[in-house]
Amino acid sequence: METPTTIIKPKKLFSFSDLKEIWEYRELLYFFTWRDLKVRYKQTAIGVLWAVFQPFITMVVFTVFFGGLLKISSDGVPYPIFVYTGLLFWQFFSGALSDTSNVMIANQAIITKVYFPRLILPISTVITKFIDFGIASIILVGMMFYYGYAPRLVGLFILPLLLVITFMASVGLGLFLASINVKYRDVRYALPFFIQILMFVTPVIYPAGIAGKYSWILALNPMMGVIQSARAALLGTTVLNWLLVFISLVATFILMLFGIYMFKKTERYFADII
Amino acid sequence: MKPIIEVKNIGKKYDITHQRGGYLTLRDVLTSIFKNPFSFLKTKTKQIIGLETKEEFWALKDINFSVQKGEVIGIIGHNGAGKSTLLKILSQITPPTTGEIKIHGRVGSLLEVGTGFHPELTGRENIFLNGAILGMKKKEIAKKFDEIVEFADIGKFLDTPVKYYSSGMYVRLAFSVAAHMETDILIVDEVLAVGDAEFQKKCLGKMEEITKQQGRTVLFVSHNLNSIKELCKKTILIENGQIKAFNITDKILDIYNENNNKIIENKSQIEFENNNKNKDFIFKKIWINKEYGATTNMILHNQDFDINVEMEIFKESWPLEISLTIKNSNGVNVTSTSLSDSEGGKVYVFKRGLYKTVTKIKGDFLIPDTYTIRLYAHEKGVQDIDIRDDAIRFKIIDAGSTMHSYGEASTYWSCVFSNANWEIQELK
Repeated sequence: METPTTIIKPKKLFSFSDLKEIWEYRELLYFFTWRDLKVRYKQTAIGVLWAVFQPFITMVVFTVFFGGLLKISSDGVPYPIFVYTGLLFWQFFSGALSDTSNVMIANQAIITKVYFPRLILPISTVITKFIDFGIASIILVGMMFYYGYAPRLVGLFILPLLLVITFMASVGLGLFLASINVKYRDVRYALPFFIQILMFVTPVIYPAGIAGKYSWILALNPMMGVIQSARAALLGTTVLNWLLVFISLVATFILMLFGIYMFKKTERYFADII
Repeated sequence: MKPIIEVKNIGKKYDITHQRGGYLTLRDVLTSIFKNPFSFLKTKTKQIIGLETKEEFWALKDINFSVQKGEVIGIIGHNGAGKSTLLKILSQITPPTTGEIKIHGRVGSLLEVGTGFHPELTGRENIFLNGAILGMKKKEIAKKFDEIVEFADIGKFLDTPVKYYSSGMYVRLAFSVAAHMETDILIVDEVLAVGDAEFQKKCLGKMEEITKQQGRTVLFVSHNLNSIKELCKKTILIENGQIKAFNITDKILDIYNENNNKIIENKSQIEFENNNKNKDFIFKKIWINKEYGATTNMILHNQDFDINVEMEIFKESWPLEISLTIKNSNGVNVTSTSLSDSEGGKVYVFKRGLYKTVTKIKGDFLIPDTYTIRLYAHEKGVQDIDIRDDAIRFKIIDAGSTMHSYGEASTYWSCVFSNANWEIQELK
């Protein structure tokens, strides 16, 4: 059997061997995700249905108030399906964000006792949320049947890309928040508030067209591009704006590099100060 | 032969500010800026131009050693000497500040048993989770599964969530998973100090099997000098963050004990530094005296003596338990006793003020040896308020006891005098 050689020395910021290492630890990634899924709905009465309930009830409430009473425009599609598409992506993003920001602290007992690539923890959290997303999207499929919408062919192609963007955006921002949270627990208090604000500047409950010609500024928020494109692709609300997707993609990429940079920078002393 | 572990010039520095208890909040940082904008600017500029004399603390410095394949190395040293920091660096939990370590082979580290156990998961599930966290592959775990279950002896509770386990079962399962790691190098921290006596024996046996039959390399930190003596051929003695000596275990233990004895002669009364995190309580000093006699730390084995502790409390009506544990030179906790023992179990309620407790220990109880006292104040079952490990050392001197004829070996066989009566009858 080959014997691997480990060299331990003062840490460098980032090297590609880190990626290789994450691959080597992929089983642990699987186990963390599995643990989180398994444990989450223990001692609950309706279990995994919560993943569906949350966006569903929110959708109903939003439909009554924003769609029904306030009559917010929904680009010509029924408001429930309009808002649900937005909520689906939004809750994936915001849920992943709040969970990853706390993941290092939640797993502090393990971090201070065992070595593994720390990046695995936030990544597994986002995967967990992604599975919730998968479950909740069953409702969307149902609604599409009910309202008689068929996704465009291009929609089926772009959907994975949109998911990758959402995934990377939550990992990127999540890593950033997780690293601050290790040192400053303020994140815990600031985040719910921040997420709420962010939801209002993201076209979840209203169509993106509201911003008119300034909508490209909003597009720097990757979730805007994602949600608008998802609606365009699945419901045909607008023409698919490739430029918007591209801006989202670039913004996300920068966000992720920044997140990884921050994370690697603080990773060195996680175990010492957590 | 090329060594399997090479440690070169390892050092670990902590900034004292990082070590402050609790965690920083942004508010603390901001208020410190607003309260004292001038001094904040001054330190900042000093930092920038590099003039600042930051308070540094080297937990480890200039650590050099190498380990050959198949060697079992013990690591001993007083609390705070740097043993745990060394293990954390070796297991890559925290990076060193200087130096380099080369390790040829897979490393498994066991700084704690049951790392990552989740109370809601069943025993079976936790075996897989814990195994994966310790770095085992799923296939490996599956292959060893039956062995693990058998060693842990948890039988029919395999599919019960571990939150319903007794603490003994929990520890057995945790150790069992760890013991079945198939790494070339094993780093172990004091895990044998868990479980009941029988299980500890089993663990020691397993450790022996790992080291002697499988020929694996082990680094083993322990306070229990007996298990170090039994398992390790060579031992490293760490003192104040540096390697004081690295040699055959027997020699190291001699040096270690000699050092302990030196400390004894100088100090018969210890005044504590006021460094407790909890500002409402401090232990001020501890001293020992012969009954109705002078302060000393040399007691004859048949002599009664008092352990005196002075403490100050800054809080009203505070139910606090004061306890002390006496530990012998092998690191065995011989006995523990608490203030409430003499109050019929009722916890004393303190008021603001200065207090002294006197613990009267009878003669003919502790056998001749060197002992240390661990002192602690705690809210029973809630939290520890102040802990002083190795608060003071004292020596029980043999004045012709029954242990006399056993000499050095006596501490191997006993901790206390049994004071038992024997009878003999000739039957035929």
